[in-house]
Amino acid sequence: MKQVLEGSMAIADGVRMAEPHVISAYPITPQTHIVEHLSQMVADGDLKAEFIMVESEHSAASVVLGASACGVRTYTATAAQGLLYMEEVIYNIAGMRLPVVMTLANRAISAPINIWNDMQDAMAIRDTGAIMLVAENNQEAYDMHIQAFKIAENRDVMLPVIVNVDGFVLTHTFEVVETIDSIDKVREYLPPINMEYKLDVENPYSFGTLGEPSVYMESRYNMYNAMKYSSKTIIDAAKDFKNMFGRFYGGLTDTYKMDDAQTVIVAMGSVLGTIKDVVDELRDSGKKIGVLKIRAFRPFPEEEIVNALKNAKNVIVIEKAICPGKGGILSVEIRDSLFKHKINTVNVNGYTIGLGGRDITPKNIKDLVERAEKEENVDGEFIGLAQQYL
Amino acid sequence: MMKEIRIHGRGGQGSVTMASILAISFFDDGNYCQAFPSFGSERTGAPVQAFARFSDKPIRTRHQIYEPDFVIVQDITLLKSVPVYKGIKDGGKILINSEAPVKDVINELGGIKEDAVVMFPALKIAMKILNKPIVNTTLLGAFSALSGVVSIDSVKKEIENRFGSKLGKLNAEAAQTAYNYIKGDKSGF
Repeated sequence: MKQVLEGSMAIADGVRMAEPHVISAYPITPQTHIVEHLSQMVADGDLKAEFIMVESEHSAASVVLGASACGVRTYTATAAQGLLYMEEVIYNIAGMRLPVVMTLANRAISAPINIWNDMQDAMAIRDTGAIMLVAENNQEAYDMHIQAFKIAENRDVMLPVIVNVDGFVLTHTFEVVETIDSIDKVREYLPPINMEYKLDVENPYSFGTLGEPSVYMESRYNMYNAMKYSSKTIIDAAKDFKNMFGRFYGGLTDTYKMDDAQTVIVAMGSVLGTIKDVVDELRDSGKKIGVLKIRAFRPFPEEEIVNALKNAKNVIVIEKAICPGKGGILSVEIRDSLFKHKINTVNVNGYTIGLGGRDITPKNIKDLVERAEKEENVDGEFIGLAQQYL
Repeated sequence: MMKEIRIHGRGGQGSVTMASILAISFFDDGNYCQAFPSFGSERTGAPVQAFARFSDKPIRTRHQIYEPDFVIVQDITLLKSVPVYKGIKDGGKILINSEAPVKDVINELGGIKEDAVVMFPALKIAMKILNKPIVNTTLLGAFSALSGVVSIDSVKKEIENRFGSKLGKLNAEAAQTAYNYIKGDKSGF
């Protein structure tokens, strides 16, 4: 059914359709509405799950870790500082190969305190071993949460999946979302969780015990390999979803107006909507320009990126997080991918924009397109600074 | 064809609620829609903005609204501190909750034409019908009549849906009275 939903409600409803058994979360802006809605659904009996209240994000992550190790479907959500407080546990969840699904309502990191959107929080956990997907709009966010459980629980993956949704820009925006009417169809798409290894008194296993030097590297290698393998699972989950529900947003990446494109804008998340409108306008005026959307940030879709960008002249990378002491983050990984494939004809420029909720306007995007054609190897330069504060 | 509405209010006046009711009403009228707040730190009394868009095509863009087709101002004291008129399109309208005549405020509206400004006694109607100084539903009714871009039936339906039977009915009545007022029928007022 098509309806107008706040992003947080759409996400909560997507999670409800996946029927998690245990949810635990600690409220933090801009994630709060998501877990409030879920808590209401549990209280109203619309979702038969245990909602476990905790005193911190560290505990929330620990609760879903423990519950997941018992073999049930689990969900949590957080943002920014809450995520950082969870980080230790997220490494453990990934290391123990537990298929927890989590929403990250992307928000800036303090200081100064800032509750608004950027992707610095996501970048802080990119090496934890969690699969990281990024939603462009609330329809994709809804669908992506259902896909996330399928990916996480795949026998050959068994890793946490973090669904990134831009805080406020998606979580607090009302827009049209088509929800799925049939829970049976979702159950067919996403069968009950069935973990080969779990905490079971009849058949005891231990999780997260001491990994001595003789086994630690192999354990990490297995996780590393599962992450690599998950590329296939993410693509399959997107295709299966398309077959069953008719909606598709690409697998690891998606392209928009890329035929003959000489200039390509690379981005993740909600800013893609604004970018696509600008690209339509520039195409109408004869500019050969297209968009590459990164849908999976981890695993990093190197092959897809190289294939999409190899014939481009100028690439603009939208950086919504910074690496102090280096520059951009996404653009570094893109340059590395091209370098490994011996492609040295693409001019990759990374621009830092939209930190801490600074609005990204069509004019900002047009200015970057103009600049990128005149500049080379820009490494995360800040866009739109107010001189009086420098 | 996309139209954009910017709402100016103060924290606690229900600007975000207003934008979301508008969005759902646009949808009920058969459009695509989008509504979002200006992401303030939500302090009561602080100036806030909320935005709504509608279009016959899916809406992708996410940026804040700088060139609105319509502006709604919930609190006239905002005119002294916020350039509510900024960027308003040619032919656009600005709806202000106030009983004052246009000439009293025109100097604070950055040189926009007098006929673009609609002064509307939303507070008076709200006090009469709701007995509360909450003007957002009244302004929605006035906006429906003034703009012609959203049906009063859809607005009332969503208001009733949002506020439950008793409060919903009263607020829908406030919206209808405001609608009639703008259309020239001041009988319920």
